[in-house]
Parts: sequence; C-alpha cells; structure tokens
Amino acid sequence: MTTVTKPTAPTPSSTSDSSIPWKRILLWLAIAFTVIFSLAPVLWQVLTSIKTNAAITADPTVYFPGLDQLTARHYIDLFRENQFQIYIINSALVSVISTILCLALGSPAAYALARLRIPGEQLVLGAVLVVTLFPYILLFLGLLEIVRALGLANNYLALIVPYTAINLPLTILVMRSFFQQLPKDLEDSAKVDGYNTLQMLWQIVLPMTLPALVTTGILAFIFAWNEFLFALTFMTRESMKTIPVAAAQLGGTTLFEVPYGPLAASTVVGTLPLVLLVLFFQRRIVQGLTAGSVKG
Amino acid sequence: MAKLELQNLTKAYSQKIVPVKDLSLSVEDGEFLTLVGPSGCGKSTILRMIAGLDQPTEGRVLIGGKDVNPLAPGDRNIAMVFQSYALYPHMSVQQNIASGLKLRNLATGDIQKRVQDASRVLGLDPLLDRRPAKLSGGQRQRVALARALVRNPDVFLLDEPLSNLDALLREQVRADLKQIFEDQQSPVVYVTHDQTEAMTLSSKVAVLSDGYLQQLGSPNEIYKTPANRFVASFIGSPQMNIIPLERVNNAVLLGDSKVDLPTNLPAKSSVIMGIRPEHLRLPREGDHQIVQGNVFLVENLGMSDLISLRVHGDDNLTLRALLPSDATWSRENLKLALPPESIHWFDTETEARLN
Repeated sequence: MTTVTKPTAPTPSSTSDSSIPWKRILLWLAIAFTVIFSLAPVLWQVLTSIKTNAAITADPTVYFPGLDQLTARHYIDLFRENQFQIYIINSALVSVISTILCLALGSPAAYALARLRIPGEQLVLGAVLVVTLFPYILLFLGLLEIVRALGLANNYLALIVPYTAINLPLTILVMRSFFQQLPKDLEDSAKVDGYNTLQMLWQIVLPMTLPALVTTGILAFIFAWNEFLFALTFMTRESMKTIPVAAAQLGGTTLFEVPYGPLAASTVVGTLPLVLLVLFFQRRIVQGLTAGSVKG
Repeated sequence: MAKLELQNLTKAYSQKIVPVKDLSLSVEDGEFLTLVGPSGCGKSTILRMIAGLDQPTEGRVLIGGKDVNPLAPGDRNIAMVFQSYALYPHMSVQQNIASGLKLRNLATGDIQKRVQDASRVLGLDPLLDRRPAKLSGGQRQRVALARALVRNPDVFLLDEPLSNLDALLREQVRADLKQIFEDQQSPVVYVTHDQTEAMTLSSKVAVLSDGYLQQLGSPNEIYKTPANRFVASFIGSPQMNIIPLERVNNAVLLGDSKVDLPTNLPAKSSVIMGIRPEHLRLPREGDHQIVQGNVFLVENLGMSDLISLRVHGDDNLTLRALLPSDATWSRENLKLALPPESIHWFDTETEARLN
C-alpha cells in the first residue's frame, strides 16, 4: 500500500516521506489524549495524596516529587486521627444492603413485568418511569420530614430505604428488557423437564441473568456509595457518617487551612473500592451491556 | 409408552383468534405423527397444549387413557425438543442431558447409565464436558435430542427440530431421526412446515390449515388421495396442477383437448381438476387423453426437467410437467398424456375430493 500525497493538500505536511503511517499515529494521539483527559484529575488526586504538605503548596508545582517529598502521612492520619475505617464500614454497609435489596425486589418485579400478562402493564411501567423523573431535591425535602417523623435520623435505614427506592426503577427497567430477550423456549423446556417455578427461576433463569444483575448492581452500588446529600442530612452522629460526608468535613488545623493532602487521600480511599469492584466484574459487565446484541 | 389422544381440542385466544378448532385424533404406541401445515395453521399450539405449556379452551388431552389437562408439564412424562434447542447455556452437555433425570430423583448410577447410552447413540461422547455455546448447530440439535431420549417419556414432542439446520445437515439429521425413533416405542408428535420431513419421517400425517384438520392418513394416502384441494396443493413438490374447469356433458375441455370425467361425479356445472407434474408424461401407444401446447419454460432439476407448457386453445392455461432429463421432445406442439388414474377431481365450492 502506498499513500499518495496530493500537491494541493492543505496541510503543510512533509512531501518527502509518504510511508509514515499517519492514520495510526493520529489514532494513538487521540487515544492518548482521551486517556490523559479522563485520568488526569484522578492522577492529580493520587499525586497530591502522597506528597508532603510542603510539596503540595510549593510554587512552581511539583509534578514529579523526589523521594524526600513523598509521604504516607495523609493516609496514616486518615485512619489514626479521623477513624476513616468507621466511615468505610458505614458506606459499605449501606451500599451493599441497599444494592442487594434493590436486586432482590427489582428482579422479581421485572420478571413479572416481562413474562406475565398483567392488566395495566403499560401503566405500571409508566409509573416506574415517572418515578425516575422526580427531581432529587424534591424527594429530599419530603424524606427529611418522614425521617424526622419516624425518628430514623442516625439510623442506617434512613439511607438504605431511600437508596433502594431511588435505584429500583432503573433496576426494574434494565432487568425487564434483559428478561424479555431471554428465549422463552428455555423456560418452557425447563417446565417440560419437570422444574417447578421456583426451581426454574433459581436454577435456570438466575444463572443466565447474572451479567445483568452484576451490571445493574454495580450501578446501584456506585450511586449509594457516592451519595452525599441524604447522608449529610440524615446522619449527624460522627459514628454513622459515610465516606463522602466524612471526606467533606475533614478540617485543617486552623480554620483557614485547606487540608489538601488528607482530602486527596480520602478521595483515593473512597474511590479505590469502586475501581476494584468494577475491575473484578469487568468481564461480566461487558457481557451485561452487550447482552442481546448477538443471538446466543 | 402410552397412547396419546386428543379429544375435541380447541384453543381460542379471543372470539376471532382461534388457532385450533375442534381437533380430535389419536397416536398409538410406535406411531410417528407429523403435524404439517403452513405457518399460522395452529400446529405449534397443538404441540404446546399436549405439552401442557398452553391450556386448551375446550377439549381434553389423554395420555395412556388418563386426562392430563390438570397436570403441569413436568408431571406429564413427556419430552419435547424445541426449534431453538433450548439448551441451558450455563450447564455442560452432560448436565443438560441429565437435568430432567436429576429432578426425578433417580439414582446417580442409573442417570449415568442413561446419559451414556443416549450419548453413545447420538455420538456425543467427546462433547459431554462442553458448554452449548461451544457446539455447532448440528451438535446442539443432537444434545437436545439426547435430553429427550434419556427421559424415556410416554410421548415425544418435536417442534420443527430441523429448521435451524442448513440444508445438507438437515437431510442427514432427518435420516438419523428416522432411525432413532424407529427404535422407540412411544408415540411421537412432530411439527413441521416442511412436507419432505412429513413424508419421509412419519407413519401418519395430519395436514392442518386454518385451525382445522384437513386430512389424517399415511404419507401414501395423503399423496395419492388428497382429501381436498388444499391438501393436494400443499403436499407434493413441484406443486400439483390445479385447474378449475367448466363441464361439458361428461367431460371437461382443457384448451382444445377433451378430458373425460369419471362416471360417479355429481352433476355440477364446474369442477376442479388436479394432476401432479410427475404424472404427466410423454404419450405412449394407447394413450387417448392427450394435451398439446408450447413449452415456455424449462427448469433443470438434475434428474428431471420441470417444464411449463401453455396449452393450445387457451392461452391462460398453463401446465407444469416433470419429464426425465434423458427424454427427447420438442418445445413446439409438445404432446403430453394425462393418465386418467392419476387425475384428481375436486368440488368447486366445497373443494372436497370427488373421485
């Protein structure tokens, strides 16, 4: 293959060598740009979290800290002075339970909506969809009253229930479309083989649904893990706070000092579980996102 | 092993949508019944009602003399092969075949033995540990069959099991199917829209159209004495020549030629004549019913030529005939003999067979 450079080409590119694979170079440039553009903020946080305070505030900015400018101090402080392990446990507890509840309630509902002939099915679906359209802040004001009336402040339920409720519509809609593209023959075949309904759902349908469950589960988990406003308002006791709230409330030694190091460290600690989770389930997620695109 | 009976089976989804209308038939032990018909004729619905996946609106399904209407599919002791094979994707071939047996709490040794037997018959031994995703279409098909065979069911149900295979493989699997089910004692109900499958596999064929049973009989009967115009045109390839004709005394005019009617036909002013392309032949000594025309199309089918002929005396009248490819004939003024014993006569209004 030869590339012919036209003499009238608008770019002032070199006319001498036509064997340079411009397409490939451009492609890699674009990839590099995209990666740097998306990862730079994360890398910046990681960098800040391991630099000494002096290096953080130094001018000009230290991009490549020397050995004497590196420290694990911020991380150690996070756990020694700020008791970050408590917040991690709180966050994990609330996120895991609300995710499991979401899947456990949403999947059967989605299955029923996908497979059974329910009168008013379109209405139910419409209602589910409408729920997702409510402005978050409106829900928040109502919930605040409810939490106060029920005395649920500083109770995990005050977060678990709203998180589950907010994630349910998405779970139902995603799972329903997944169930719809599962071949019905499989379920018929299971019935003829002698599976009863529960066995069929548990032994035949559930294993095939895992990719979709993992995908929606992770989305629900990320929402619950990152949620700030409810957690800030409903949890006032120090021992009940979640990571986003705790991170935001990290204070410096004086009122006017912004604790960049600890903030960056808490961000990294807060993000790491999500990264690990996604990496661990990566293959399943890809399966889940592409399910139905190819006939299995 | 048990007789399967359908009594006045009707399925209605609504007032207007009635895919199965008052169907009664029975399948004895060792019989192979094929339900054949164009798409939408209700054949799959019948199968699903036998399986218990759909409930009939009216009528009963009896297996071995027992009414199974109230029983769940799993309690009817039937085995079904689906068009899409419906293999469980998360189980190995071995587990797929054994799944139905495990649910019946059979002893592990017994399950093992049955799976081995079925896998030997179908040549699945090297594939037992694979997942269905790693199998070819033909292999999946055999796994689905094995899953049905190990069950030793009272009735086998097969829903278009060959239609997802390519043409060559289909022919081969069709032959395998015939051998496998000849060794089985249980009744088999097979659904297809392919008349070749219906003719080659079955001991009994039920031709369905529009929810009604059109004809029930051996493949030979269906081919030789089709009960009405629909069966005549649906069974047989190439399709039968079907020509509505006006009656002149005791004969009909086919263009310029006269064709005598059998003596026992009711006196009506018109009649439908049917003759299969393979029964039209070049005239021999003593043939007196001859039709003449010009050939306008020749299709080479390999061992024979399918020719289309425009009959002299009526330009709108065309006949198709199968002639051996080694025969010699001219395209102009070709004469073909109509053997009277191979002509079918049907009523113009009821479309029922007359002779």
